[in-house]
Amino acid sequence: MKILIYGEHRDGQIRKITLENITLARNLGAEFEVLFIGNAADDFKDQVAKYGAGKALFVRDEKLKTYSPDGYAKILMRVVKDRQPDVLLMGATATGKDLGPRVSALLNAPMATDCVQVEMENGQLKLVRPMYAGKVRANLEMNGQPKIVTVRPNVYQASEQPTAAQAEELSVEVPDFKAIVKEIVSGAKEKLDVTEADIIVSGGRGMKGPENWHLIEELADLLGAATGASRAAVDAGWRPHDEQVGQTGKTVSPTLYIAVGISGAIQHLAGMSSSKYIVAINKDPEAPIFKVADYGIVADLFEVVPRMIDELKKMKN
Amino acid sequence: MNIAVCVKQTPDTEARIKLTEDRSQVDESDINFILNPYDEFAVEEAVKLKENNGGEVTVISLGPDRVTTAMRTALAMGADKAIHLKTDRHPDDPLVTAKALAEVLKEGNYDLIFLGKQTIDDDHNQMPSILGSLLDMPAVTVVIKLEIEGDKVKAEREIDGGHEIVECSLPAIIGAQRGLNEPRYPSLKGIMRAKKIQIEERPVTLETEQLKVASYDYPPPKEPGKIVGDSADAVPELLRLLREEAKVL
Ligand SMILES: Cc1cc2nc3c(=O)[nH]c(=O)nc-3n(C[C@H](O)[C@H](O)[C@H](O)COP(=O)(O)OP(=O)(O)OC[C@H]3O[C@@H](n4cnc5c(N)ncnc54)[C@H](O)[C@@H]3O)c2cc1C
Ligand SMILES: Nc1ncnc2c1ncn2[C@@H]1O[C@H](COP(=O)(O)O)[C@@H](O)[C@H]1O
Repeated sequence: MKILIYGEHRDGQIRKITLENITLARNLGAEFEVLFIGNAADDFKDQVAKYGAGKALFVRDEKLKTYSPDGYAKILMRVVKDRQPDVLLMGATATGKDLGPRVSALLNAPMATDCVQVEMENGQLKLVRPMYAGKVRANLEMNGQPKIVTVRPNVYQASEQPTAAQAEELSVEVPDFKAIVKEIVSGAKEKLDVTEADIIVSGGRGMKGPENWHLIEELADLLGAATGASRAAVDAGWRPHDEQVGQTGKTVSPTLYIAVGISGAIQHLAGMSSSKYIVAINKDPEAPIFKVADYGIVADLFEVVPRMIDELKKMKN
Repeated sequence: MNIAVCVKQTPDTEARIKLTEDRSQVDESDINFILNPYDEFAVEEAVKLKENNGGEVTVISLGPDRVTTAMRTALAMGADKAIHLKTDRHPDDPLVTAKALAEVLKEGNYDLIFLGKQTIDDDHNQMPSILGSLLDMPAVTVVIKLEIEGDKVKAEREIDGGHEIVECSLPAIIGAQRGLNEPRYPSLKGIMRAKKIQIEERPVTLETEQLKVASYDYPPPKEPGKIVGDSADAVPELLRLLREEAKVL
């Protein structure tokens, strides 16, 4: 089996999902290469070689320094036609979700979004993806070439296995762009996005108001975590929408999810119940969040969270 | 402005999803269906543009008979026309759905095509992007702010950890994300008006699906958790468990 991995990068950094996908391709026993389109650094080839990717492909052009979804899709389509992989592996990130379907349509190839299981079973690719916001999981059957698969970040952990690095520059004709990114407006500070974070500290209506969010932020800082929120907190205007976790917010699967003052409504659980460990802090022992929590403290969060901050500070020293 | 909105009918967010005994399908018997929540933003934006600039809004939905209820909701919000692409079920493969939608969209010569960024049943997140390729039109997904001046489109969209501003020209496809607007509730007048609109029914032939759901499973059950304590004094023990048992700190 031959896999082409879409190398996602931003601001001169390879994104974690790319290394996760390399590790995944390696473990599937596949032959694979990593493709970087746009403003990629030469040493990306060395960085991916550390994870076992012996071949890095580059498509570089002055015009590609600005992202165009349709432009990038056409380039990716041409590379796929040329390299003939069985599988195009991407991240189920904002980029993967935007770009993957465009390529799927250009190539008339099937695509599975947001897979949480990608395995070889009797020489066949076994793919599982959550549907209905994680309430059920679908076992997929795919025909066509290539199979386009986006993998949910954080499901497969990246691990190193160094190999020799090799690079190849591809010359691909750059098409006209229909839509162009003019400007990137990043969060206030360079915020870690919830979908990528290993640890998430989320606050809900129990936080009482935005003036108390310094508690969530301080706890998150100490843990190197991203901050999330329930829809109640977002609807109240306490938190920006891009922090919302749940069925109509983001789906996350961090290693650790700490729910503070969140009741655990079905729509919230839909977005976070696949987290590896869940901690709930809530004063109501009947709150449904405790049904999915691995560890819970039934107490006033305004006592528990400051204590956590104190203890973590002590641990750090 | 000539505007199309593609909408899907989905289970409401509260719905418990039950599988049929053989797990080959979702059991729809107890499900309450609604207009896909993201499609409400799409409809609202279309209707708002029509109200400000004149024009017409056409709702298009592919699916079984039941989807006309969701189409009526969109009409009650202010859409003018509706085209139902009648099938016996929703295809598993979004590309197959998209090709059928693309046929109708081509005919309509729309200036703007709105969709939701995602359905909350299939969760594909694909349709606006696919249609961009099939119709060879600019498509901007996950849009939270939209400005249109003449034939220039400026859209702000969510990306991981930030936003970006995308520019293109009409005709264009927009995938609506929460934040784009506050969808209105259909007024009584709107509901009465919607009842009188004839939904145009069109047969479709679907292509062979390259993506199929072979079977479904419930997610692996969670082991019952541990209540570590009932006061802040439980914090040191909680941190110990996270460090030593879960090994996540
Ligand atoms: C179409 C639709 C889509 C939705 N999508 C989402 C979604 O994507 N994400 C989402 O989160 N919700 C979503 N919801 C909303 C969801 O139904 C709930 O209303 C919401 O999750 C509740 O947020 P909460 O847990 O913060 O608030 P509440 O349910 O009010 O819970 C607050 C909790 O805080 C606890 N608490 C209060 N004070 C303290 C204290 N001092 N110390 C400790 N604990 C305290 C209370 O015991 C309570 O359990 C959606 C709803 C609909 C209809
Ligand atoms: N069967 C359908 N009929 C009409 N529009 C659809 C259909 N399925 C999906 N859509 C549109 O495409 C968007 C994204 O859907 P999806 O890619 O399936 O997550 C939805 O929010 C709808 O606007």
